[in-house]
Amino acid sequence: MKLLTGNDLKTGAVTWWTGHDWSIHIEDAINAGDRADEIARREEAARRVNAPYAVDAEQRDGKPRPLHIKERIRALGPTVRPDLTLKPADPDHREWVI
Amino acid sequence: MYLYDKYDQAMVDARVEEFRDQARRRLEGKLTEDQFKPLRLMNGLYLQLHAYMLRVAIPYGTLNGAQMHALADIADKYDRGYGHFTTRQNIQYNWIKLEEAADLLSDLAKVEMHAIQTSGNCIRNISSDHFAGAAADELVDPRPYAELLRQWSSFHPEFSYLPRKFKIAVIASDKDRAAMRLHDIGIRIVQNEAGEPGAAFYVGGGMGRTPMIAPCIREFVPLDQLVTYSEACLRVYNRYGRRDNKYKARIKILVHELGAEEYTRQVEEEFAHLQQQGIEPPLAELERLKTYFADPPFDDGPKTVDRSDPDFALWVDRNTIRHKHDAHVSAVISLKPIGGIPGDASADQMHLMAELAKQYSFDELRVMHTQNIVLPHVRIADLPALWARLDEAGLGAPNLDTIEDIIACPGLDYCSLANARSIPVAQKISERFSANGKTAALGELKLKISGCINACGHHHAGHIGILGVDKKGVENYQLLLGGSEAEDVALGKITGPGFSEDGIVDAVETAADVYLRERSDGERFLDTYRRIGIDPFKEALYG
Repeated sequence: MKLLTGNDLKTGAVTWWTGHDWSIHIEDAINAGDRADEIARREEAARRVNAPYAVDAEQRDGKPRPLHIKERIRALGPTVRPDLTLKPADPDHREWVI
Repeated sequence: MYLYDKYDQAMVDARVEEFRDQARRRLEGKLTEDQFKPLRLMNGLYLQLHAYMLRVAIPYGTLNGAQMHALADIADKYDRGYGHFTTRQNIQYNWIKLEEAADLLSDLAKVEMHAIQTSGNCIRNISSDHFAGAAADELVDPRPYAELLRQWSSFHPEFSYLPRKFKIAVIASDKDRAAMRLHDIGIRIVQNEAGEPGAAFYVGGGMGRTPMIAPCIREFVPLDQLVTYSEACLRVYNRYGRRDNKYKARIKILVHELGAEEYTRQVEEEFAHLQQQGIEPPLAELERLKTYFADPPFDDGPKTVDRSDPDFALWVDRNTIRHKHDAHVSAVISLKPIGGIPGDASADQMHLMAELAKQYSFDELRVMHTQNIVLPHVRIADLPALWARLDEAGLGAPNLDTIEDIIACPGLDYCSLANARSIPVAQKISERFSANGKTAALGELKLKISGCINACGHHHAGHIGILGVDKKGVENYQLLLGGSEAEDVALGKITGPGFSEDGIVDAVETAADVYLRERSDGERFLDTYRRIGIDPFKEALYG
């Protein structure tokens, strides 16, 4: 599957395409499939996202998960500062990424 | 300290407002990202893995207490309560919002700081010896020369679009504490046989994917030709440096491909031409700059201190450096607590360091390229009180130049260029050696980690270097041995196949054990490596 990701223009936060909007939570991401490039162009032109691109992903435990570690770190936050990640209370956050 | 005059302040203030307008236009959609990107990069604003990142210039690593307080306030107000001190003596913030960036730059300008030329293909922040003006072994304070070059290179119209970024370091002692020969231009202030001061020029060094040690292209440039000779070096590079391939665009490639002799010939030809143009500022300007860096009023006092507390004595032995005034020392505040993130400091820690600078170091601090902070002028009599405050705040780690004092780039935890994480490896190594108790026995052992081939963590120059690579989507770490960025400069050699995240920690301990087994009296790790070569290490690592 293909996920579409980019950064929020104003805040720089990592965002994921949900099918109708952008979310900071990768769990909200949908498979953009063959339309990823088309959606990216449209959304960037509308200033709803900055520098979007598609990443390869898979479904794991029913949730989308990027195949590459860089995108998993983007999705969660720095592995060395769990307090700053999107799952600060999750003791298994590192296992999610690595 | 450097001081802004009305022109400096006006230029920086104008640049803030210019950027405010550029950011507004980007947010309103009047600029595309492709149009905006070069503009934000000129102001130090990157888009990194999680957010925008801002790199703030700290000229030759020197700052005062008010500036450190301001950096702390920025960490609280615009970031997430911390900053990261870098291997270029700068500071980076990792969580900046574009809509607030101009306000941040405005706050910086109020304390005579900015982020200009911290990115882009221009002359970057000039770096220098972090003990400048304090070191017992220096010929002169190198900072006035660095400041002269800073003023020359700021907004230099001819050198704003070089083939690639350009880094200059200035030192003034035989000991190299600024990795001078691993810069595009390294300048060492020297004396000729007549006792006159001048500058030796080393050109074409660097790390990155093609590490090179800069050759000396001229042993003595009179100080009244310092800017002119620098201009000549840059002109030849700007004219002939490759713009068709960014991986071959640094000056080191030009010097290597032309040969140092031919590059030097061309520089000398350009230098002769430029001397007719009269671009050199008068020596009176250099003398004026020197007044900015006048010694503070050192006073006589005790030259020894009560060392009955063993923890304090260890910190004094490891983290204080002999000063040119014998009642003082330079004290290094380690930003490398066991298991910590190298170079990171919280806003509270920055505020504390600023307060301690004011109380104990004539209101002056330095950022080391090794990601620690220096209080350059501390009375020996004040050391117990200073150490107590540092220790209480978790800043009293006694580990300068030990295996726990690791340089690590932000790596894949923060950096969009990285292939592997650096910080967790640094954390595990410092924890390992703290637990096994070998740190003291190992003595001086400089370990440097980069998360990609760009080498921001200086892995080529580590006694032990680690390079993180991406091996089919999995982090893998290569081990290098024998590098040095000091006066005994050398590039490390890769030992062989890489290791996993945990495997590299074991590998470092294995290499350390070979040293402990093989060393002769008084030898550092690097000395033993140079004597016995890489083979005993490879044998132990790979069997």
